[in-house]
Order: sequence, then structure tokens, then C-alpha cells
Amino acid sequence: MIYWYIFLAFFIPGVLGYGGGPASIPLVEKEVVDRYGWMTTQEFGEVLALGNALPGPIATKMAGYIGYMEGGVLGSIVALFASVAPSLFLMLILMATLMKYKDSMQVKNITKLIRPVIAVLLGAMTLQFFLTSKEAVGSIQTIVLIVVSYWLLEVRKIHPAFVIGLALAYGAISSFI
Amino acid sequence: MKTNADIFAAFFRVGILGFGGGPSAIPLFHREAVKKYKWMTDDEFGDTLALGNTMPGPIATKMAGYIGYRVNGIAGSLVALFASVVPTVLLMILLLGALQQFKGVEWVNNMSAAVVPVVGVMLAVMTWDFFKKSGESLGWMRAIWLTLMFAIMLEVLHIHPAFVIIGILIIVLVPLKKRGGTM
Repeated sequence: MIYWYIFLAFFIPGVLGYGGGPASIPLVEKEVVDRYGWMTTQEFGEVLALGNALPGPIATKMAGYIGYMEGGVLGSIVALFASVAPSLFLMLILMATLMKYKDSMQVKNITKLIRPVIAVLLGAMTLQFFLTSKEAVGSIQTIVLIVVSYWLLEVRKIHPAFVIGLALAYGAISSFI
Repeated sequence: MKTNADIFAAFFRVGILGFGGGPSAIPLFHREAVKKYKWMTDDEFGDTLALGNTMPGPIATKMAGYIGYRVNGIAGSLVALFASVVPTVLLMILLLGALQQFKGVEWVNNMSAAVVPVVGVMLAVMTWDFFKKSGESLGWMRAIWLTLMFAIMLEVLHIHPAFVIIGILIIVLVPLKKRGGTM
């Protein structure tokens, strides 16, 4: 039964995540945190942070890892299959048909109209992360971490892997002061 | 055999070098498939990317699976998928597994806690990115109205995103045959 749930949890984001891997992140969170309760927001955040710091496609890294946590090696394979196979089949099978509609307004409108949906879902997740952080480390540290990491990521354009490394180091050191 | 080895090498390199998620790997795909191995022309690559972008699901694996299929059928597709996905998933399982071992130790907990706001910032940036692209492609007024409407549907009424997205698909695709009109 768990494999069926794992399949569903990654099949739905895989098939609905218009706009590439990042678009499916809030959909995955909806399934694994809200619906199945496999992990907390904070744990999801750790997986996402580490996933972002490592190379390779993000959606499949998350799927492979969460599948592994819930159902071992087979769970990992099921999650990967569910997130990759359906959209790939669609791509292989519909290639010829969709090529004709590639420039049609309707097909382009799908991506356009779904963008605000993804923006809302990402925005809600952002808020959730800030609130979780406020509870864990307090308002002041949260604000400092937000400002500093924003500055490093967006102003200095430092690679996320290093910023996450710095945050981890700060967290470890702060408990000894 | 050489072909599958080439496919493996190409997508392994892309998978292991593509920091920043699937979309950041697209130029790497281009370098391997068009420049290095000449599996497809620039135009074909552009078409594949355009099509991949209009379809749901992760972009990197769609590209890998499709290019692999074009080069060497189903075997090629499987090799490409395996090479681009498995190494990084293994890395992830190993690293997070190591982190889990130390769960409950105070300094490890503090490490995880300190990462949460950083992820929040990255998500906020992504949110703004999606919203900005909406504004540019739909016009700001319409983007703001749609965002507000979707926010109410998703966060106030708690409608599952699946229904919202399927609803959009129906609204956009159903009139496809009847009229050639624009949105």
C-alpha cells in the first residue's frame, strides 16, 4: 500500500508541475507534508536545501530521497518512476501532434496561466518556512538569516551550495557560544 | 554499445554538473547533444526544449529521456534517465542519511534550523520569479488579478492545486477546436 501512496504522491506533482522541476516543489510539499504527513515542514526544508546544494535535477532528487525514506530502495524506484515516466511518455508519444500546436496560443497559454498558480503555492510555502524558522530560532535570528542569505544569494550571487554551507556552519557554531 | 556508453557519459556529466536544479542543466544538455555528439541540430534542440517546456513534469528528465530515445530507442532513453538521475539521488540519500544519524544532537539541530530561513529566501526569490514572468507574459493587471484569485482558491478555500490546474487546462484546451481565438 505504501508503494501506491508513494506512486500517487509523485505522480500527481509530475503530471501537474507545469514549468519544470521547481514548479513541482510546492506540489510535492502538499503531498508529503500536508496529505501523507511523511515529514514536517522543517524536514522538507532540509531535504530541499540539500537538494538545492547538490547537482542534478531537483524534482527527481527529492522524489528519489523521499521515496527511499518511506519505502527503501523499491520506494525510491517507485517515486522516481512516478515523477519521470508519465511526462516522458507524454513527450515521446505526443511529440508529433504537439509539434503542430507548438506555436499555438492555447498551448502557450497553459504555461502562462499556470504560472500565477505556482507563484501562489511558492509564496505560501515561503511564508510557512519563515514561520517555522521564527518558531525554531526566534524572530531576530530569522530576520538576520533572511537578510544575510538574501544579500549573499541575490546581491553577491554566491552559489546556493556555499550559502547553505555557511548557514549550516553558523547553526553548528551558534550552539557553542 | 559505444552509443549507450556515449549516452551514459553525456547525461552523467550533465547530471553531476547541473547545480541549481533541472533548468540550469539545459545549456549542458545543449553542449553534449548538439556540440559534442551532434545527435541533433540547434533547431531540433530548440524544438525539444520548447515542447518540453509546454509539458508538465521535471524538464531535465524529459529532455534526457527524449534525447536518449532519439539516439538509441528505449535502451538509450533508459540509459540517459539512469545516468542523469541515479548518481545525484545516491549522493542525496548518503548525505541526508549521515545527517539523520546525528538527529537530536543540539548542534546538528541548530544546523538544520539555520537552513530553514535560507530555503525561505530561495523560495521567495522563486516566487517573485514566477510572478514576474506572469506579469511580463499576461500583463501586470491580469497577473495580479489572477494571482489574487488563485490565492483565494488555494489558500483560503483550500482547493487542491490539482483541481485548479486541471480547471485551467480545460478552460484553455476545450475551445481549441472551436475557435482560433487568442487569450
